[in-house]
Amino acid sequence: MPKLSSLDEFESFQKKIKESRDPKKVVISISSGTCGRTRGSAKVVEAFKQAIISCKDKLSIRVTGCHGFCDAEPNVIIFPEEIFYKNLKPKDVTEIVESTLKGEIIDNLVVSQNEEKFVHVSEIPFYKNQMRIILGNNPLIDPTNIEDYIAVGGYGALDKALKMKPEEIIKEIKCSGLRGRGGAGFQTGKKWEITRKQKGDVKYIICNADEGDPGAYMDRSLLEGNPHSVIEGMIISAYSIGANEGWIYVRNEYPLAIKHVTIAIEQAKELGLSGKNILGLEFNFDIKVVKGAGAFICGEETALIHSIEGLRGVPRQRPPFPAEQGLFGKPTNINNVETYANVPQIIKRGADWFASIGTKTSKGTKIFSLVGKVKNTGLIEVPMGMTLREVIFDVGGGSFNGKRIKAVQTGGPSGGCIPLELFDLPVDYESLTNAGSIMGSGGMIVMDEDTCMVDIAKYFANFLQDESCGKCVPCREGIWHMFQILADITEGKGKEEDLQLLEELGNVIKATSLCGLGQTAPNGVLSSIKYFKDEYFAHIRDKKCPAGVCKPLIEYTIDAEKCTGCGLCKKNCPADAIVGELKEPHSITQDGCIKCGICHDVCKYGAVTIS
Amino acid sequence: MTEISMSLEKCIRKHDSFLIPILQDIQEHYHYLPEEVLKEVADKLKLPLRDVYGVATFYRSFSLTPKGKHIITVCLGTACHVRGGERIVSAASRELGIEAGETRKDLKFTLETVNCLGCCAIGPIVVVDNEYYGQMRSQKAIALIKSLEAEEQNAQIELVR
Repeated sequence: MPKLSSLDEFESFQKKIKESRDPKKVVISISSGTCGRTRGSAKVVEAFKQAIISCKDKLSIRVTGCHGFCDAEPNVIIFPEEIFYKNLKPKDVTEIVESTLKGEIIDNLVVSQNEEKFVHVSEIPFYKNQMRIILGNNPLIDPTNIEDYIAVGGYGALDKALKMKPEEIIKEIKCSGLRGRGGAGFQTGKKWEITRKQKGDVKYIICNADEGDPGAYMDRSLLEGNPHSVIEGMIISAYSIGANEGWIYVRNEYPLAIKHVTIAIEQAKELGLSGKNILGLEFNFDIKVVKGAGAFICGEETALIHSIEGLRGVPRQRPPFPAEQGLFGKPTNINNVETYANVPQIIKRGADWFASIGTKTSKGTKIFSLVGKVKNTGLIEVPMGMTLREVIFDVGGGSFNGKRIKAVQTGGPSGGCIPLELFDLPVDYESLTNAGSIMGSGGMIVMDEDTCMVDIAKYFANFLQDESCGKCVPCREGIWHMFQILADITEGKGKEEDLQLLEELGNVIKATSLCGLGQTAPNGVLSSIKYFKDEYFAHIRDKKCPAGVCKPLIEYTIDAEKCTGCGLCKKNCPADAIVGELKEPHSITQDGCIKCGICHDVCKYGAVTIS
Repeated sequence: MTEISMSLEKCIRKHDSFLIPILQDIQEHYHYLPEEVLKEVADKLKLPLRDVYGVATFYRSFSLTPKGKHIITVCLGTACHVRGGERIVSAASRELGIEAGETRKDLKFTLETVNCLGCCAIGPIVVVDNEYYGQMRSQKAIALIKSLEAEEQNAQIELVR
């Protein structure tokens, strides 16, 4: 790769790459992020490599990050027509190559819903209702090849920004209305401005990729599938703030993201887009990757800074904010992955364009991970202000097994559960906060009648008491006590006054904790008491778990009429608690049953019931 | 110890004396953080040992005791939880005879949980020796462990021969 030493050189390099790409050429883009690999995409890729050997002149393959439709992994999009094939196995590959060469469609590999078939990406209900500005380039880019990114206009925003004054860039970001995508939703442009105004020559840029919210993985997908968009956003930020060093703090649990972002940084440096004298200008900016060591609290900005410095990831009092006093005591701009990925789009298309998307106070699009008890699971990107109902039923396709959806959990452990009755709420920062939850980083976990809301509240309380750094008492002791009370309730030992105690405790923890973790920790419990009090009463008064989740309150039994006596449950029961002769109805001895649920999972006739 | 301390010096230089990446390299090399190596790190970085210990015990990815040859990690992120992750932990724990967070005495297996691997759409997830398995069920996890046990036993027999 040549080292580009001026803006002109970059522009002609970009032109050359664009011209060398034939838009009519058939390219099979294979989704191969972590989700895809878990479902066997590596074998599919290998099969494709073999299958195209004899026809390389007519078609090629591209191994990309995730295409967002996790439920359809491994999948391919065949360009230029954008034909989508789902859930592929290596044995499907030869047929795909042959039919693609003939211009034919393979019927049984396309997405179907309610007996209707959808061949092209633009027709598929999952994609049709989205606005994929940030994620949309994933299928076009091999993340280990910087030229792919440049071919879709990548680093064009940097080229444009470097011709602007730093103040003009900050003004553009401010006017766009972009707010932080990591949780709190602070105005990005304002943050940049504060950091720029600080005295001193040494300033830092940090990208917070410590995506710890369970149920959220958009940052992983961006770093795996389109790392240059994040790096480009960071370089623009560094230029406008006056920083020369940047750090990407990535979770240890994301090995593929770490690999791809490291390769991307090297390639950008080689091309002269980062490092010393970027594109021949008096502007130096180096980026380092820091691997997290497994602590949820490090998503909090001051804890993250301590972690980079080699200390325990314990938050500190703010102010001073990192913009004033951050890494090594120097002014530091810290944004999350998705926020930086928005920056090149804003610079390229303008603040007015960005501000035209979304609601009055929440601009642009937001990526959500739509998971749990929903049909189309995956990473979605929609304009701010879409209603929860549209997200879950139009994009998500509703329930995956016909059961009644009753709530959605947003905002990770800091968020709360929003009941079905409020699904007409527009998804924006303020509406979710008013409903007792938060936007957070964008996890959306759909829950149905088989999900116990008390169990979920207990789950989050347990998660947070485990992840609390222990520095301040309300968080360290308070959440632990909330967890103990909830554990009692799920074991049938709860008392009615427990609910009031939980509310009191929750309000004290919110009001008196040091950092965001403690201040938002009770949200999940408080919102579940607010919206699902009847479930708490069922556990406390009737000693019953309506969803059939809380072990001490449930019993597994076998319906003699449905049981065929196949013996599968008996064979798999780890406690030898199932009795019965072959071809005769079986039964469970309650004394021996450890309620592991294996019999329920393996029964093909739905004969094992939970009561 | 000379050989170890030489590589330690290189490691310290490579990471510009930043403590966490140094400990990460040591953890990767030994599969845990041996006490004597921590002492040496403290010495070389001119840090009080309590600070090194503080960091080593704060972060989940560090371990002060040796881990097993096979590491089985069950994801307990929210999406995996609502799809039954907890039941898989119980099943694996029963099968291995150890609780989550423990290592079996023969140092063959460690059972761990993790608070989200970001593969939420295809949960519950189990990771066995860095290989991801999606849409797990208790019985599938048990079968996986059984096959690893068999592998270990065969290796043992080979060794005896």
